[in-house]
Amino acid sequence: MIPLTYMMSLSAIIFAIGVAGVIIRRNILVMFMSIELMLNAVNLAFIAIGSRLGSMDGQVIVFFVMTVAAAEAAVGLGIIISIFRNRETVHADDLTLMRW
Amino acid sequence: MSPFNLAAINFVWLPILPLVVVTVAAMAVLLAGVRVDDSESEGLGLLTLASLAVAFVFTLGILGQYGVAFAGAISVDSFSAFFELVILIAAMFTVMMSLDYAAENRIPGAEYYSLLLFSVLGMMLMAAAGDLIVIFLGLETMSITVYVLAGIMRRNAKSNEAAIKYFLLGAFSTGFLLYGIALVYGATGTIKLGPIHDALASGAMGSNPLLLAGIGMMVIGFGFKVAAVPFHMWAPDVYEGAPTPVTAFMAVGVKLAAFAAFIRVFMVDFASVGAHWQTVLWVIAALTMTGGNLIAVVQTNIKRMLAYSAIAHAGYLLLGMAAGVRSGPAILYYLLGYTFTNLGAFSVVIALERRGEAGNQISDFRGLAARQPLLAGAMAIFLLSLTGVPPMAGFVGKFYIFSEALHQGYVGLVIIAVLNSVVSAYYYFYVLVAMYMQEGGVEVERLSARPALVAAVGLAALATILIGVYPQPYIASAANAFHSASGAEGSHSAALEP
Amino acid sequence: MTVEFPALALILLFPALGVLFNLFLGPRYGRGAVNVVGPGVVFVAFGVATWAFLTLLAMPPGGALAVHLWGWIEAGRFHTELGLRLDALSGVMVMIVTGVGALIHLYSVGYMAHDEDFARFFTYMNLFAFSMLILILADNLLMMFVGWEGVGLCSYLLIAFWYTNPQFAYNGRKAFVVNRIGDAGFLLGIFTIVATLGAHDVWTLDFVELRQHAALLGGAAATAAGFLLFIGATGKSAQIPLYVWLPDAMVGPTPVSALIHAATMVTAGVYMIARLGFIYTMAPAALGLVATIGGLTALFAATIALVQPDIKKVLAYSTISQLGYMFLGVGSGAYASGIFHLMTHAFFKGLLFLCAGSVIHALGGEQDMNKMGGLRRKLPITFWTMFIATLAIAAVPPFSGYFSKDLILEAAYDSGHSWLWFLGVITAGLTSFYMFRLIFMTFFGESRVDSEKEHHLHESPAVMAIPLIVLAILATVGGWVNLPGGLLWGNAFVRFLTPAVGAFKPIVEASPTSLSLAASIASALGIALAYLFYLRLPGVPMLLAWRLKDLYNLLLNKYYIDQLYNFIVTRPLFWVSDNVLNRAIDSFVIDGAADGAGLAVRTSGQIARRAETGNVQHYAFVYLLGALGIVAYYLFLVTH
Repeated sequence: MIPLTYMMSLSAIIFAIGVAGVIIRRNILVMFMSIELMLNAVNLAFIAIGSRLGSMDGQVIVFFVMTVAAAEAAVGLGIIISIFRNRETVHADDLTLMRW
Repeated sequence: MSPFNLAAINFVWLPILPLVVVTVAAMAVLLAGVRVDDSESEGLGLLTLASLAVAFVFTLGILGQYGVAFAGAISVDSFSAFFELVILIAAMFTVMMSLDYAAENRIPGAEYYSLLLFSVLGMMLMAAAGDLIVIFLGLETMSITVYVLAGIMRRNAKSNEAAIKYFLLGAFSTGFLLYGIALVYGATGTIKLGPIHDALASGAMGSNPLLLAGIGMMVIGFGFKVAAVPFHMWAPDVYEGAPTPVTAFMAVGVKLAAFAAFIRVFMVDFASVGAHWQTVLWVIAALTMTGGNLIAVVQTNIKRMLAYSAIAHAGYLLLGMAAGVRSGPAILYYLLGYTFTNLGAFSVVIALERRGEAGNQISDFRGLAARQPLLAGAMAIFLLSLTGVPPMAGFVGKFYIFSEALHQGYVGLVIIAVLNSVVSAYYYFYVLVAMYMQEGGVEVERLSARPALVAAVGLAALATILIGVYPQPYIASAANAFHSASGAEGSHSAALEP
Repeated sequence: MTVEFPALALILLFPALGVLFNLFLGPRYGRGAVNVVGPGVVFVAFGVATWAFLTLLAMPPGGALAVHLWGWIEAGRFHTELGLRLDALSGVMVMIVTGVGALIHLYSVGYMAHDEDFARFFTYMNLFAFSMLILILADNLLMMFVGWEGVGLCSYLLIAFWYTNPQFAYNGRKAFVVNRIGDAGFLLGIFTIVATLGAHDVWTLDFVELRQHAALLGGAAATAAGFLLFIGATGKSAQIPLYVWLPDAMVGPTPVSALIHAATMVTAGVYMIARLGFIYTMAPAALGLVATIGGLTALFAATIALVQPDIKKVLAYSTISQLGYMFLGVGSGAYASGIFHLMTHAFFKGLLFLCAGSVIHALGGEQDMNKMGGLRRKLPITFWTMFIATLAIAAVPPFSGYFSKDLILEAAYDSGHSWLWFLGVITAGLTSFYMFRLIFMTFFGESRVDSEKEHHLHESPAVMAIPLIVLAILATVGGWVNLPGGLLWGNAFVRFLTPAVGAFKPIVEASPTSLSLAASIASALGIALAYLFYLRLPGVPMLLAWRLKDLYNLLLNKYYIDQLYNFIVTRPLFWVSDNVLNRAIDSFVIDGAADGAGLAVRTSGQIARRAETGNVQHYAFVYLLGALGIVAYYLFLVTH
């Protein structure tokens, strides 16, 4: 059996990669994909903990999270499209109409 | 692991009746609005208003009930009722502000009002949550709809930008909150608030690294929603870019819901491990107050200024949380006063706003007192309440929170808060000076043709004064609400009889 | 017996609504609306007050109406409620304030008909009525102080109503500052009571409870509190040594002089002492001081009034003098008599001022009596009503002043202050003299009015004349509520008030008839002398002024008291303020600190806002920094 520590570490690493992606990549779409990566890292943690505790909660939560992520993806892509229509850019550093 | 048992879930419909009403209304508005022109959406708004009022009445029925429903997923107590009521009030004010605004700005009515209702649903879920996953679902229901609301003026570049910024950072922050939930789940073995409370109260946890990391992540996640420094960066941009009624809704509704969940999880269920998070909140509160107030001083856009002001007020509330359980009632009372005051201030901003850009600069308020003495008078009431001048609600709230914190020995933090209040007087009075002592500014149009907006301003002003002058019943109900969540009524253990 | 009577709150509510309306909507809805609402709210308040007063009359003696509003201040054991209480004493006061107040509000409609700032005027007037009613109806000392300060503020605002004239604004400030000195005494008095009772673990300022616990105050504390509170009274009620603001207050619009500086506010000190009579009764020294100051002020102010040329100044000093009478009355322990004179004085002095206002109005602002004369045919209503008021103040029977003044002098004598009684009798003679001097110079003899103004002479409009007539009736019959003992309903007013303020306990018994005769003779002499000097032998006053030049100048210049205060108080204070406080401390230290702090805040704001670059990735980065900070903290917690 794989120790819980391994799975939690993997989850943490994936989460960190996702965070790094959000910080580093300029393209909003890629940033958004990185966020999805973070959510999946958390899903991994839920499954690992759930199976270790022998509780169903962890498994069920993953479905909720996936649903939410899907909804978020739909809304996010919609917003990105409307931005692209107006501004013809999907780069984070071009979107600084409001600041200070 | 218990086998799946339908009977143990205990379906009790009465406590979630308000939620059901809001959900049905959201769908009904969406359907009813299919053929409604964007410039004639007032009818949909009134339908929304009516259904919110119905939900409000049903929510009153929850007061005085204690227990859990739906296998512990829903907490039934005065705490959830208190927040649901205030959230519904905030939503009703938002609709009153929106009636003409939405029609004038050609905001698609069906989508707008049904998203608003769905968002209210999310908020009420957060207030009534009995386990962490319901908090998460409520938060997401609220957030996703508010992302869309912020960007609902599709052709407006600022609105677009507000939506994408809020969305990206919001989703980013969801990751942290969810991670925190996972870690707390790992540490305590459950996601239900009652058992978490009991597990922590037994003292067996000590400083379990999973628990500590989980608490930290959840502070980050909630800190984002309440716009606490350093997780606040989104707030000014989003507040500025979003349609003003949505801004008001975010500044009040989102904050109420986030604090409801934040307070329930931390001040009730994590109360026994307060040592693990009070120091963090101490620092965040100090940063939030100071950061918000300092930057607010140099703002020229009123919506942006109010955004920083909202950050600062979140700081005062966090001060209460950092000071521990005893401040609970004070925080709830403060939120109540803050709700009316901020809604009123944003209503005045809407009254001055005109299609396009004009009306959002502080300089547009110049000479308002001469042209619209009542409007300026109401704005003065809101600004004084935000500053914390007696006899407004803001004063009593601040006084209450600060004195409770002092009683618990948080002298340093209170000194920081009082100094910050002094700084805040600077930018609030700047608007007062513009209204009463300068000339110029914009004309206010068609005020008489916008009765709902005028009513919102008037009611908010009345409530701001009333809650301040005669605070006793509101303090009592805030205390009652807080104690019903944390008290010994066994709210987390006893299942309600269907 | 106390009965719950929620409608008492309405008496306060209506003037408050008037303030809000006139302040916010008055400028928009214009003169018509303000003219209805401004006086209207006071009339409604008067109606409610009448209802309450009749209810009170129907109750057995010693009854009271009360309404508890809400809890107000809680600080440790000490707590104060907001509540209203109407007993016989406050009932009489409320009737005076709302009744006379309503009439004067009505009169103001005519008087201010040509003033652009009518809305502001009625805002202040309503605010005054509101504050004065708080002062009277308060059921505890602290709330009374709120009203006390409120009327002081309104007085200041209304004296300086025409603030564009620097002298007027200065006089307003003077009134405010002098009153502050008195108020400091008042506050110290409250503190003394709280501290003394607190030592016995009694934490209250409620009048009823104070009276129950009054014995705890003991002689020394009661005397101290009595002295200190009386300092407050000398400020508000213009007694020696703090009377100097009242004559200068006459620059305000004349209805203001009538309402605030004659009929109501200036009597607050008398009311306060009557209200706290149970404290003063335990402090004979303080009570004796009240009587002495009252008697001295009465005489002192009356002598100044003898020679003043300005019609309003004469009335102002007359007010100070009459207030002295009231203090002589309450200081003799005859609280009911003092309040009785307060009431009749409100009628006749309010009327005198309104008449003077009518004259001034008719003459287009002229106040110098040397430029009047022979007005009785031109202004018949004003003349007759003012004549009635003069008969009342000169204590000619059966006009109201006769009964009340008589009662006070009798009380002064019976309480053993025979020399104060003597001063009072002299003052009575002087009063008749200067009042008839005023009447003769204004309404009789040759007209000395500028020929240009002569053409514009006109009697006042009905809206001004009606209050004059009503007040003239009251000034005539107002005294009849307390006929001498044994006559019809003898002593009715005093008997009505006694349960609320306590009975008068005479020390020496004298024959009232002879006392009353002495005062009446003095009064008649004064009238006769005025008739001789100003109608029969008009050269005599000038001759006397020339012959007794020094005395004349001394009186004309008000004993040079203003100059004296200026020399020993004001100028040294100014010097210290300007050179030490202003230049050294304020400009340098405080301004420097404030400006520096302001600059520091703005600068740090400017720097901090640069973090908000608008780039969402930077936001996420800051977010991450915060998150890392928290993680680092927990790592530290786990490893240590």
